[in-house]
Amino acid sequence: MAEQEEVLRAEGLRKSYNVGQPNEVEVLHGIDMRLDRADFAALVGPSGSGKSTLLNLIGLLDSPSGGELYLRGQPTREMDDEARTALRGRHIGFVFQFHHLIGAFSALENVLMPWMVANGRPTPEITDVARGLLADVGLEKLSDRRPDQLSGGQQQRVAIARALVTRPSLLLADEPTGNLDTKTAAEIFELLRRFNEQFGCAVLVVTHDPRLSETCDRTITLVDGEIVSDESHPRSRQSR
Amino acid sequence: MWVEATIAMRFLRQGRAQTTLILLGIAVGVAVVVFVTAIIGGLQDNLIDRTLGTQSHIRVEAPRDVNLVAPAPAGTLQLVLEDPRPQALRPIDNWLEVQDVLDGLPGITAVSPVVSGPAFGRRGQALESVALVGIDLERYLRVIALDESMVEGRLEVGSGNAVIGRQLATDLGLRLGGKLRLEAGDGRDAVVNVAGIFELGVRELDSRYVYVDLKQAQSLLALPGGVTVIDVTVEDLFSADAMAARVAGLTGLQAEGWMQTNAQLMNALTSQRMSTNMISFFVAVSVALAIASVLAVSVTQRTREIGILRAMGTRRAQMLRVFLVQGAVLGLAGSAIGALAGLGLVWMFNNLGPGLFDVPLPPSLVPAAMALATVAGVVSAMVPASRASRMDPVEAIRG
Repeated sequence: MAEQEEVLRAEGLRKSYNVGQPNEVEVLHGIDMRLDRADFAALVGPSGSGKSTLLNLIGLLDSPSGGELYLRGQPTREMDDEARTALRGRHIGFVFQFHHLIGAFSALENVLMPWMVANGRPTPEITDVARGLLADVGLEKLSDRRPDQLSGGQQQRVAIARALVTRPSLLLADEPTGNLDTKTAAEIFELLRRFNEQFGCAVLVVTHDPRLSETCDRTITLVDGEIVSDESHPRSRQSR
Repeated sequence: MWVEATIAMRFLRQGRAQTTLILLGIAVGVAVVVFVTAIIGGLQDNLIDRTLGTQSHIRVEAPRDVNLVAPAPAGTLQLVLEDPRPQALRPIDNWLEVQDVLDGLPGITAVSPVVSGPAFGRRGQALESVALVGIDLERYLRVIALDESMVEGRLEVGSGNAVIGRQLATDLGLRLGGKLRLEAGDGRDAVVNVAGIFELGVRELDSRYVYVDLKQAQSLLALPGGVTVIDVTVEDLFSADAMAARVAGLTGLQAEGWMQTNAQLMNALTSQRMSTNMISFFVAVSVALAIASVLAVSVTQRTREIGILRAMGTRRAQMLRVFLVQGAVLGLAGSAIGALAGLGLVWMFNNLGPGLFDVPLPPSLVPAAMALATVAGVVSAMVPASRASRMDPVEAIRG
């Protein structure tokens, strides 16, 4: 079944800093996990538990010290930067807490950016896709605005549209609502949920907010660099 | 490359104040290079023109008289004390054949035989020492544009006509049509008619030169059928010394290029050229440093944006190019503005300045200055660009 198609699998994933030095510290101690296309998962845990480190490893922004990470079945640990960058660009979308739009480009151009860095000048087709995504996040009228002319919530919506323009199989969001008020945060979560269903794109959200994590189908709890629980609660989906 | 160029241009446009300032800085530097190089070039051309306006590129003469000393037998130490020989006026042997040989040499554009020697010019009680120059007018004009220096009368030698310098005319109180007695010693003298007066702008020449027909000079100087000098013009001004050596080798005569004759001038020209190059070099260095510092600040300011671009799949090489393009664009645009300003300054110098000499603009100067600034821009962008490309996205996004 397509919904159970594996997007990501971690096997004994470890991450240490200052390797080989007296102050060497292991932050992740052998993480095993799997994400499928249909997953809408929250990664929770106290500060310093290694959530961001794990997210960076999964997002191929950082490389593990041990274990293996498979993205769409492809082992990634031995890949060089060039290959990881290409794979990241093709299959992973990111949404960060501080949205990080490129200030010199309009909302529409920001959405197109991941496609442009891979393919160059945008075609009319991909521009339509980007416009469609902006419409999906309710910003079709603001597509020519610069980031500094948008509110925080609007910027985060643009960031979500941007993360989805290449139709990634995995969307990683690091505290995407950490900077927003409750109502806007709920709307953003709603959007992520919709895209998860609409595009069949696995979503993994790091969040501190228990109300938001409860709306996810699955909650992975990380404590001191280990997964202490991985609970599925698909009912939340039906109860919506 | 499209996306790198687009990002680079947007980054530059977004930092408008910074970009404008740095462009102005580069423009000022390039304007200075263009203007100074053009001025120095103009000055050099002017000096060479003036120098070569009155002398040929190569002067071929009969070899100098030297004492012939028999070599000492082997094993014997020979101490020689000799008096240098006096250099009597000597004609060039077989000068017509030499002239034919030189006429046929590639790289030589004009050959002119000259008889030249000392004489006195007398009018009434006034006596002036003059340099008698017998010429074949048609050939001589191809070496020295005497016709351009005529101020009065006609340029006509032969049939008892002579052309003299303005200063000599003043000193002897001569006007057009006046009679000048030339005395070459040993009772050889002649009276010539002043057909024209020239002004070469060199006092020594204007007060001494008397141009007459080749034949008349030959008879006055007791060198029937002979010439003392063959003046040669070459195609490439700066190959004169090499060509002179070749002529000397071919003919066994003494040949001296203008660069040798004017060693001091050449020295001054070389020093000027060196100082121009130094100015260009230091301007290029300061342009490079300015661009490097602006881009270094930009990389720091844009750390997060670089991180996010890397996260969304921008390759290291692309990131590198984004900043290299910025360096190139700054260099190119700044130098284009600077070149325009430099051209404006040259125009002002030529049209509104003191008018001492005309400053020509070598066609390669502007492209060369722009290429220099663009290369300086790219090179200086290397360091910040490579820092941007090596940024760890995780660190960069964290800020």
